[in-house]
Amino acid sequence: MIINNFKKNNLKKEESIIDVKNLTKLYGSFKAVDDISFSVKKGEIFAFLGPNGAGKSTTIKILTTLLKYNSGQININGYDILKDSQKVRESFGIVFQDPSVDEELTAYENMKIHSVLYGLEKINAKKRIEKFLKVVELWDRKDDLVSKFSGGMKRRLEIARGLLHVPKILFLDEPTVGLDPQTRKHIWNYILEINKKEKVTIFFTTHYMDEVEKVADKIAIIDKGKIIEKGNISDFKKQTKSKTLEEAFIKITGYDIREEESSSLDQLRQRRKITRR
Amino acid sequence: MGVIYVLWQRQLKRFYRQKSRVIGSIAQPLLFLVALGFGFGSIFQEAGRGSYIQFLVPGIIAMSILFSSIFSGIEIIWDKQFGFLKETLVAPVSRLRIMIGRTLGGATIAVLQGLLILIISFAFGFKLNNLALLPFAILFMILTAILFTALGTAIASKLNDMQGFQLLMNLLIMPLFFLSGALFPLTDLPKVINFIVRINPLTYCVDAIRYFLTSMSSISIIVSSIVIIFCLVIFVSIGSYLFSRMEV
Repeated sequence: MIINNFKKNNLKKEESIIDVKNLTKLYGSFKAVDDISFSVKKGEIFAFLGPNGAGKSTTIKILTTLLKYNSGQININGYDILKDSQKVRESFGIVFQDPSVDEELTAYENMKIHSVLYGLEKINAKKRIEKFLKVVELWDRKDDLVSKFSGGMKRRLEIARGLLHVPKILFLDEPTVGLDPQTRKHIWNYILEINKKEKVTIFFTTHYMDEVEKVADKIAIIDKGKIIEKGNISDFKKQTKSKTLEEAFIKITGYDIREEESSSLDQLRQRRKITRR
Repeated sequence: MGVIYVLWQRQLKRFYRQKSRVIGSIAQPLLFLVALGFGFGSIFQEAGRGSYIQFLVPGIIAMSILFSSIFSGIEIIWDKQFGFLKETLVAPVSRLRIMIGRTLGGATIAVLQGLLILIISFAFGFKLNNLALLPFAILFMILTAILFTALGTAIASKLNDMQGFQLLMNLLIMPLFFLSGALFPLTDLPKVINFIVRINPLTYCVDAIRYFLTSMSSISIIVSSIVIIFCLVIFVSIGSYLFSRMEV
């Protein structure tokens, strides 16, 4: 197996900000996540890849305290995810795969609520809201209802909101899905800037391999609940004798299309598309 | 500014910004009021029961509160995936405070709708029996709203898709309304119906609201109060327990 060669980069414990050991999540008897271990270093941009239904979103939900797990040990920013869930929650910001801004409020009101939820109102919440809305170029639209925003603008707002409490880690679950190349480029520029300036660790998932090649320091590939690859992109390409990451990704995960049974979630998504103009 | 306050305020803003929602929320109760109120009015009067509008208005107010508050609880099913709820669930805030904020927001809107119906019903000839008792009627409207928002929250915490929703509508919400004494007096009912009506918490809510608005009632206000508060404590406890254990 190719995997063994990748285990060279043994990470020092004190450097890692996300530390996952032997994580398993069962849905009934189905192993959605099967004994996975990985760690992400401080300040790193980490891409978590895999075909549909591989366990990416399940893992993100577990890491962000939304879902319980069956066994394993997870530390985020030095805190145990079960014992110190409050501290863990203060440590990260998240942009979900499905929108979670309130469309019937203005951009500013969404930011305001976030500042209250994270206890920022005593400190300079107003200045921070202004700062981050300016970073994503939405300051002049701050008093518009989010329902008037385009998909890209909503995403930018969610990124600004996820950063408002200056988290140590930013989770991004398919942050650029469905966006045009221009918007994708802008969004990655903000993220890279934040990563450099504020030293925010980035943990993201995507299906766009070109994005990963451009921005990610490290990757992990999950398939059928197991991590089948982790390490540097260049090493991974060498191992698989591939020119691009996409080629390497397909070589290792196979050519078959993953047919997921239409879940009630997909049906909800479908219905949402119909009802939301 | 507290978490509970901003979550409450958020729902109020959403309500008054959507004029169509305000209109929609009172259209259905008004239809019931007009169709039943005028349709059955003469029969009711002939049976020697007095004005049916006077009898019906508190029932319709309770109905609009029931629908509105259960729906605001059930919205969670939708919200789990596509809504703002997730933003609150990953925040470093206890689930209990989120649930309280949501419940109070939903309940406030339900009560506002009930009050709108009350105001409109004056145009149909409805009269308050004693203005001084109006605050008590509003108090029971608030209790009703919190009780059913909590029930909706409890159900939604357990459901993961909208499939069960239609079932819920037909097997829970409609029977709660129709078998509650909102539309008919509780006297001389067949045994089975009488039994169902008596175990329905809405029956006691309707009767208490009717008592304070019109002084008509079939159940002692003390009994109603005890039943309502008992159900309130149970539903709010179950609702917050299930909400706090909910996975998204």
